[in-house]
Parts: sequence; C-alpha cells; structure tokens
Amino acid sequence: MSEKLTKVEKEPMFSSKILKLLKNPFNLENPITVQVLGICSALAVTVQMKPAIVMALSVTIVTAFSNLIISSLRNTIPSRIRIIVQLVVVAALVIIVDQVLKAFVYDVSKKLSVFVGLIITNCILMGRLEAYAMGNKPWPSFVDGIGNGLGYGMILVIVAFFREVLGSGKILGMKIIPQFLYDSGYMDNGLMILPPMALITIGIIIWVQRSKTPELQEK
Amino acid sequence: MQHSNKYILIYSIVMVVIVAVSLTIVAVQLKPAQDENIRIEKMQNILSSVNIPIAEIPKKEISALYDKYITSAVAVNVKGEEVITDATQVFKIEVVNELKKPDDQQSLPVFIARLDNGDTAYVLPLRGKGLWGPIWGYISLKSDFNTIYGAMFDHKGETPGLGAEIGQQWFIEPFKGKTIFDQNGKFTSIQIIKGGAADDNPHGVDAISGGTITSKGVEKMIFDNLGSYQAFIQTHKNH
Repeated sequence: MSEKLTKVEKEPMFSSKILKLLKNPFNLENPITVQVLGICSALAVTVQMKPAIVMALSVTIVTAFSNLIISSLRNTIPSRIRIIVQLVVVAALVIIVDQVLKAFVYDVSKKLSVFVGLIITNCILMGRLEAYAMGNKPWPSFVDGIGNGLGYGMILVIVAFFREVLGSGKILGMKIIPQFLYDSGYMDNGLMILPPMALITIGIIIWVQRSKTPELQEK
Repeated sequence: MQHSNKYILIYSIVMVVIVAVSLTIVAVQLKPAQDENIRIEKMQNILSSVNIPIAEIPKKEISALYDKYITSAVAVNVKGEEVITDATQVFKIEVVNELKKPDDQQSLPVFIARLDNGDTAYVLPLRGKGLWGPIWGYISLKSDFNTIYGAMFDHKGETPGLGAEIGQQWFIEPFKGKTIFDQNGKFTSIQIIKGGAADDNPHGVDAISGGTITSKGVEKMIFDNLGSYQAFIQTHKNH
C-alpha cells in the first residue's frame, strides 16, 4: 500500500489526472479489449441491446461503489483477509443490484438471470479493487470504477448493437430493417444470436482498436 | 500492516453484521414490488394462453384485463371434483408444489376464461423439464375439452435459438386447433414430431430442429399435466 500520508495539498475534483482515470478505460486500458477481462458476461448478455445496457449500468454501479467503499476502508482492512472483505462488499452490492432489478425491471432481470449474480466473479471488479482501490483515495477510486464500468459497458453495447441488428433486425426491440428487404430475400443471420459470434465480434473490435492505436501494437 | 487476530475477528464480525442488516432491509423493502411482478407475469402467461396479445398491453392494465377475461377459477383433485372454488385462492396455488404431493392430495387449478365471442376456454397450467432446466406454460382448451385454443410456453435456461424457441409464436401457433382425443375418445395428447408433422395430423406439431430434447420435454409436459386432469376433462367432456 503506497499512500502518502504527508501529502495534503488539495487536488481539484476534476483534475487532468482524474479525467484520465475516466478516459483510459475507453481506449488504452479497456477492460475487455485490452485487459481481456469480463469476457464471459460480454458473450452472454449481448444478444440484445436492452439487457446489455442494463448489465453495463449494473457493472458500473458495482465497480464504482465497491471501489469507493474499499478505498475508504483501505487503511482499516487487515491485509490477511482483504480478498474476503472485497468479496463481501462486492457480493452485497451485487445482491442489492439484483434485488432492485427484480423489483423494477423484471423482464430484463429475467433475461440477465444468473449473469447479474456472476458480476461478483467478474475479473474487472477484483482487478480494480486490488490494483487501484486498495492504494488510492476514495474519489479517484470511485472515478476509476465508473471509468472501467463504462469502458466495459461500451464494448457490451457495441457488440449487442451488431448482434441485434444483424441477428434479429432490431435495435432496442424496434424493427429497423425495412420489410421490403425481407421480401426481396434478406434473412436475419441466426448465427449472430449464438455466443460464438459475440467472441468474433469482440475479436474484430480488438483488431480495429489495435490497428488504430500504435501504443497497443506489439513489435 | 499486520493486525492482531483479535482485530481481524472483530473486523469481520462487524462487517458481516452490517452487510447482513443492510441486505435484509433492502430485501424486505423490495419484496412487495417483486411479488407484484411475479403476480403480473402469471396473469400475462394465463392471458397469453387464451391468445390475448399481452406484449402490446402495458403492465398496469394487465390486472384489469385479467379480471375481464378470467371470470372464475377452480381447483380440482385427481377425481375431477372441485375442491377449491375461490378464484383468488386458486390463483395462489403453486402448481410445482402440488405436483410433488401424492396424486390423491393434489389440487390443480383450472382458470376459466370468457372470450370476446362469448365462448368459454379452460386454461390448464403445465410444468415440465427441458434440456437444461424447468419449462412451464399454460394451455387452453375450448369448451369441448378436446380442441386446443391457445398455449404459451416459457423456460428457465434453454439454449437461445434452439430449445428457447418454445417460447416463440411460430412454435405455439400450430398447437391451435389440434385435438387431444382421437375419434374413439382415446387420450392422445399432442405429439411433437421431429422433421415436421403431416398437415392432416390432428394431434401433431413440428418439433424444433436442434432442440429435440426441449421439444420432447414439451410433449411430455403436456401429456403428464393433461393426464393429471383426465378425470376432470372426462366428466366435463361428456356432459
């Protein structure tokens, strides 16, 4: 743990450092495409846009608040049981999210089924807690959680967009492929609905991202 | 930073108590809203089995619509006798729990729908097993207790695009108008036929390609559940 107790100078709420925490997960440190974490749920909940968006928001809330809580407690957590403490906090938050979804967006919560519960095992969470929240102040940790949650969510929504458009011809449940295309022989691609195409879509996203970002290219 | 065992022990106890208390509060607070969702879903399922297009109807209106169409409900035992006639009591029956009891102690619900054209349809709940987990649904019979008026199926976790297709309209549509008894009055139930049912088969519908086990699960579910209602169906069919 590397906290600097002597340093008391006040940082502005949105210094460039903080903004970087928010921005980096979208590109250079994207949890899915660069760190390749949280792939499992990215494959499972991206058949349609709506569950993907709800999943993205749920993960963002859980990463942000678990980062915040763990970071506030970081000086009191006994290092020998820190993983257990992190798990308890994450599990509690996930259960709360699951209960809220069941109460207010029941149909979506049915679609997400076990995957909300599995946020607990999402590597992004434990990764951020260990790598960031345990060693940084609450506010930057909170922002870091939001950044990583949204970075994860962005990929989810992009993948879900392509899978829903090509797989069922809809966006957010609304038909967007005009009927005359179907009449002239166009068919929805059933393969897009199946998990392998999520993997391939993510692969394509990683490819596009790497070819555009020289920092990520391995020489 | 090394902490003493005492510190660790107290820390974990305090943490667990705080978490437990807050989770309990959340669960208790949200319980009514969750129960309401489950109640509405059950109504939607029953309405869907009598061909009411529930997808177009906002959730708030489901309850009123249910009261409009489902005029009464009874629970019957294995001998076909009506044991419960209070519709609210019948609605609360958990079919899964009833099916676990010995045959002679079960009381199974029948929901009676008054259709727009004045006909009556009888909605019977179905519970069964698919490939990965439970499947369920409702099937409605016309007042001859032979012709299927409508159906709905749902599942816990069948494979999307394969077994999960049982919830889709294209799978359900062919059930309508099929009969569950042959000309001699023998109970045939519905056969779900791999490779497609012949057009003139009055008891057969198409199975799902690649979803054979789920299709067979639906077939068995209909056979088993309608079987439990045999006595009830026979007494009403012949009057």
